[in-house]
Amino acid sequence: MLLIQCPFCGERDLTEFSHGGEAHITRPANPDKISDEEWGDYIFFRTNPKGIQYERWIHSHGCRRWFNAVRDTVSDEFLGFYKSGEQPPKIKRRKVLRK
Amino acid sequence: MPNPGLTPGSMFLSEYAMKSKYSIFSLLRNSLSYHQNWERKWRSPDPKPAYDVIIIGGGGHGLATAYYLARQHGITNVAVLEKSWLGGGNTGRNTTIVRSNYLLNESAAMYDHAIDLWENLSQELNYNVMFSPRGVLHLAHNVHDMQEIGRRGNSNYINDVDAEFITPDQIKTMVPIINLNCRYPVMGGVLQRRGGTARHDAVAWGYARAADSLGVDIIQNCEVTGFDIKKGVIKGVKTNRGVIKAGKVGVVTAGHSGVLADMAGMRLPIESTPLQAFVSEPLKPIIDIVVMSNTIHAYVSQSDKGELVFGGSSDPYVSYSQRGAFNQLEHVVGPLVELYPIFSRLRMMRQWGGTVDVTLDRSPIVSKSPVKNLFFNVGWGTGGFKATPGSGHVFAASLASGEMHPIAAPFSIDRHYTGALIDEAAAAAVAH
Ligand SMILES: Cc1cc2nc3c(=O)[nH]c(=O)nc-3n(C[C@H](O)[C@H](O)[C@H](O)COP(=O)(O)OP(=O)(O)OC[C@H]3O[C@@H](n4cnc5c(N)ncnc54)[C@H](O)[C@@H]3O)c2cc1C
Ligand SMILES: [Zn+2]
Repeated sequence: MLLIQCPFCGERDLTEFSHGGEAHITRPANPDKISDEEWGDYIFFRTNPKGIQYERWIHSHGCRRWFNAVRDTVSDEFLGFYKSGEQPPKIKRRKVLRK
Repeated sequence: MPNPGLTPGSMFLSEYAMKSKYSIFSLLRNSLSYHQNWERKWRSPDPKPAYDVIIIGGGGHGLATAYYLARQHGITNVAVLEKSWLGGGNTGRNTTIVRSNYLLNESAAMYDHAIDLWENLSQELNYNVMFSPRGVLHLAHNVHDMQEIGRRGNSNYINDVDAEFITPDQIKTMVPIINLNCRYPVMGGVLQRRGGTARHDAVAWGYARAADSLGVDIIQNCEVTGFDIKKGVIKGVKTNRGVIKAGKVGVVTAGHSGVLADMAGMRLPIESTPLQAFVSEPLKPIIDIVVMSNTIHAYVSQSDKGELVFGGSSDPYVSYSQRGAFNQLEHVVGPLVELYPIFSRLRMMRQWGGTVDVTLDRSPIVSKSPVKNLFFNVGWGTGGFKATPGSGHVFAASLASGEMHPIAAPFSIDRHYTGALIDEAAAAAVAH
């Protein structure tokens, strides 16, 4: 099971958290001005990387606050945690382990 | 469209018909040499410089596509490229439940088409895929469940998909080990008698053997690492065994569909997450149908070896680890013991995970792409094993003609722009 470092509460079990998907997706500023393609892209399409992923978590059964994490999706190893609104830590793109 | 001129036996008359037919006689003949001299099921050729069609991914869907291309459409200059071994992806990791009782018309057409093909598949491939239509029962534990199965069962009925409503008493007769008055009492169920299970490996191997005998090159340990795209048209693929040219390319890589899309400079409406399954020690026969429950997130069937096969939900985060979280196991075991108290002393033998390619509407993507002659058949997520023959059949027809087969057409990527989603969350989110 994953151990997650809530920036507010410290290290806790995965079961205290809910996953919020890919981070840093910006809602289009003028939804009624953009095309169906742009809107569909925003709503449905995801990077789904094999390697470094920036993602959102919420500490549902704890402080109930949102925050961000960086994780290697091949090993599930967390490479960093940071608060919403903060700049993501710079992660050197490691060679992705092949499975 | 199916070619009516071919009969099931005719593939053995093709120029590749070097393989002998499996029968009681071949079994007897081979027993004389202690089964040491069975011929190889498929060749392992080196890749040719060019093919008419390249299929990326040697799971059930990719192999079925190659088989129907050769068998139904006479397109035999085809290669299936698999990065590791055949069926080593989700095909060989799934809990093998086959059913077609989805809610919406588009899904009913796709999955019921597959069941039609399942019923004759062992004969058609001359390979025992052990399709066992033992029935699939969905339990309802609360008013919402009753309404969901009511709506879905009636929708199935309208679509000519078999569905029967079952009372708790009938359930107890069918599944004597069940505890109806558990924490969330069983209030009823819906049964699809045509559903059941099949042997996953045999599906991959049967399609591979039949495709190979029609001339398809099946190339394992061949990983696609990039595409050769010129002016928006696919020209070939880059692999760890060199560049291979292709007229058309079909991506059938399940959990790795995002990785392949990235190579083509695009993204998909898919996230790849872990999904686990478990089997117990072998038992005498105690449950002879498949029982699923959406509310308590667990399902069970008994394999021919006697092992109980269990599964649950996928983890919510993107991961290619092929390893799920421990709490999912707990989520499955707790309700199972409540529902079947006899399981409490059971020992688990194995547990494993796959990487499932989940779309937001829980329906697959069988589609053209922005790159000409590059097609995708992905996003089958937690429930594509049941569709294997149907998916391969309609995808082959689409690759052959260049236009999507009518059953495949609604599953286009474009539905995420037009809003014509095929939302099967209730029918597919837990029950795979
Ligand atoms: C635990 C579990 C339980 C499930 N239970 C059920 C069930 O009960 N019923 C049901 O209907 N479905 C079930 N499923 C879903 C089902 O397994 C899949 O939808 C289905 O098997 C997908 O088949 P496929 O051929 O598309 O993919 P796969 O079998 O995964 O094949 C894709 C292949 O592509 C290869 N590949 C990937 N990248 C490359 C590359 N770059 N180059 C070359 N090859 C590549 C992979 O190695 C893999 O072999 C379950 C899945 C899991 C994991
Ligand atoms: Zn917290």
